[in-house]
Amino acid sequence: MTGLRALLGDTVTRLFGDLVTKELIESAEKGTWPEALWRALEEGGLTLPLLPEAQGGAGGTWQDAHVVVRAAGRHAAPVPLAETIVASWLLARAGLEVPFGPLTVAPVRENDHLQLVRAGDDWRLRGSAGRVPWGGAAHHVVALGDADGRTMVALIARGSAAVAADRNLALEPRDTLTFDDAPVVAAAPAAGVGADAVMLYGALVRTAQIAGALERVLQQSVRYAIDRRQFGRPIGNFQAIQHQLAVLSGHAAAAGIAAERAFAAADAGDPAFEIASAKVRAGEAAGIGASIAHQVHGAIGFTYEHSLHFSTRRLWSWRAEFGSESRWAGDLGRRVAARGPDALWTDLTGR
Amino acid sequence: MGIFNFTLTELPRETDALRRDVRDFLRDTLGTRAAHRQARSWGGFDPEFSRKLGARGWIGMTWPKRYGGQDRTFLERYVVLEELLAAGAPVSAHWVADRQSGPQLLRFGTEEQRQRFLPRIARGELHFAIGMSEPDSGSDLASIRTRAVRADGGYRVNGTKVWTSNAHRCHHMIALFRTSVVPDKKHEGLSQFLVDLKSPGISIRPIIDLAGSHHFNEVVFQDTFVPDADRVGGEGEGWKQVTTELAFERSGPERYLSSLALLKELVGEQGRRPTERGMVALGRLVAHLATLRQMSLSVAGMLQAGENPNLEAALVKDVGTGFEQEIPEVVHALLDIEPTIDTGSELEMTLGYLVQRVPSFSLRGGTREVLRGIIARGLGLR
Repeated sequence: MTGLRALLGDTVTRLFGDLVTKELIESAEKGTWPEALWRALEEGGLTLPLLPEAQGGAGGTWQDAHVVVRAAGRHAAPVPLAETIVASWLLARAGLEVPFGPLTVAPVRENDHLQLVRAGDDWRLRGSAGRVPWGGAAHHVVALGDADGRTMVALIARGSAAVAADRNLALEPRDTLTFDDAPVVAAAPAAGVGADAVMLYGALVRTAQIAGALERVLQQSVRYAIDRRQFGRPIGNFQAIQHQLAVLSGHAAAAGIAAERAFAAADAGDPAFEIASAKVRAGEAAGIGASIAHQVHGAIGFTYEHSLHFSTRRLWSWRAEFGSESRWAGDLGRRVAARGPDALWTDLTGR
Repeated sequence: MGIFNFTLTELPRETDALRRDVRDFLRDTLGTRAAHRQARSWGGFDPEFSRKLGARGWIGMTWPKRYGGQDRTFLERYVVLEELLAAGAPVSAHWVADRQSGPQLLRFGTEEQRQRFLPRIARGELHFAIGMSEPDSGSDLASIRTRAVRADGGYRVNGTKVWTSNAHRCHHMIALFRTSVVPDKKHEGLSQFLVDLKSPGISIRPIIDLAGSHHFNEVVFQDTFVPDADRVGGEGEGWKQVTTELAFERSGPERYLSSLALLKELVGEQGRRPTERGMVALGRLVAHLATLRQMSLSVAGMLQAGENPNLEAALVKDVGTGFEQEIPEVVHALLDIEPTIDTGSELEMTLGYLVQRVPSFSLRGGTREVLRGIIARGLGLR
């Protein structure tokens, strides 16, 4: 592991450990923006790991960013850190300046499309995008828009879109943004950034968040199985519980390495196969992992008072965001079927 | 978090040439074989193939050159193994010697034993069997009762081993025997031995599997003499040695590729008669395949770094065998076809072979339940 990666990992883990308390998550669930947390992340240089140092970033790679995003997932940090990382990367690819403050991306659903239209020397954004993470709270939206058949990266300031608030199962904002010829701060095409880039890189960061959350629920479940006594002994003594936790471990491990591999592929370029694989694998792990964690915790884990649900409700939502398992598995299946049976292994080992 | 440690392992670019060499070798040696033949990879016992593989330096390849090895890395070995398995090559003649018996001699054997056996194993000439399970000792391996009692210049062995794959075609066995009985301490008093299967007092009887095939055997020892020179490691060290052996046994790519031939058939079917449902199911399996390969590679990376990936290897095997067993289930859920033995389409015959084969995947080399116990210990639950 590089020095930067270790440093980012230590910094972000300490920061989340100190600041992301149960009280903070609960207050965020009631709609309070965790300004102190966000400011600490920005001051710690953790929000822009991919940006060159000259632009205020950490000068890192996707694999460095992975450490930060995974920690955010592990701690259920209620901020658009993953979205800001993707948004700032898109802006940098397009040669646009990255503004301060939390960012988000749009559109995040397969069938939402935005158009960029000319207004003199400026661009305007037109269309509607549903379930945009922190759509109302983010200071800017980085949108991919179609400008006469060409995909462009566009920066839109808060207040330029009509916001219909909504949320996911974890009560994270997932807002509908309607752009009615909204003013665009800046727009430019970006090399290698296609119309699916937000879906793709959004899926990428969700895989790391899922992997992080699975680490947390595994840790919590093992701890609980050791501490909780029934029939005169820790429930973790029972084979039935041990084997369930072994299964959870396998899924957590699979999600973790699939995510890491996808981030490495993002550094290497052409990561569509690895991201799709990781989203499918991590999504399945999310469902099974959350289920086992709840089974092991029994009734107490089903209460709002217990903290398990901060992770499990995120797992249930994150697996479906930026494309569900069926969406990405369909992509993978079509890709593999088009190449034929003999290419399955040679393609896999050739990547 | 320190529970397990799967770190991403990239194969060095230099292994690309090795991979091409192995593929060329397999194409030249085996030609094109039907999927239902490929699915029999572990069942294929082909001494001639093993000798050709040995001649290329691809058996015992991580061993030192002075023992007939090639001093290659674990990652290079990984490339060779995964190519053999992906092609469904008939590996079982040299398989046990390459992955278990040879490494065990390297770790615990005497210099004389290494000289005597390793070069011939590496040439693909010596085939080994495993003598662990007994009629009353399966998962509870430490309860074995076959006794090796001190005799002049060695030991006399009495007892029975079962599930001994290919004993009827192998030259030697590394067996675990009880050399002393320590009351209430069943893990003590066990020792490992090299047994020449042609020795007087050994009878080998077939055990036919549910599909009618003969690979298992029962091996009965009646006053069989084993010389001192053929004890592997110290007397009473058997349990420690055998658990090390099994930990390494679990660490290879063979724990997720056993049903690859059927997955490839499914790819072909989706190409011929595509359905959206089929694409989603296929893509999901491909995501599992790609992820398991990374997990498995990570274990190889840990071996290369000299670490002991006991927990990680158990996790790969548990997840991997589940994947191998699920592929026929997915095919059943998707396609209106029947599993067949020797008629029907390639897909049907491959399905027919594997449906009857997959139950063994989570039994061989330690059952799923044993593995999950190892994982639970790694988690701190035992």
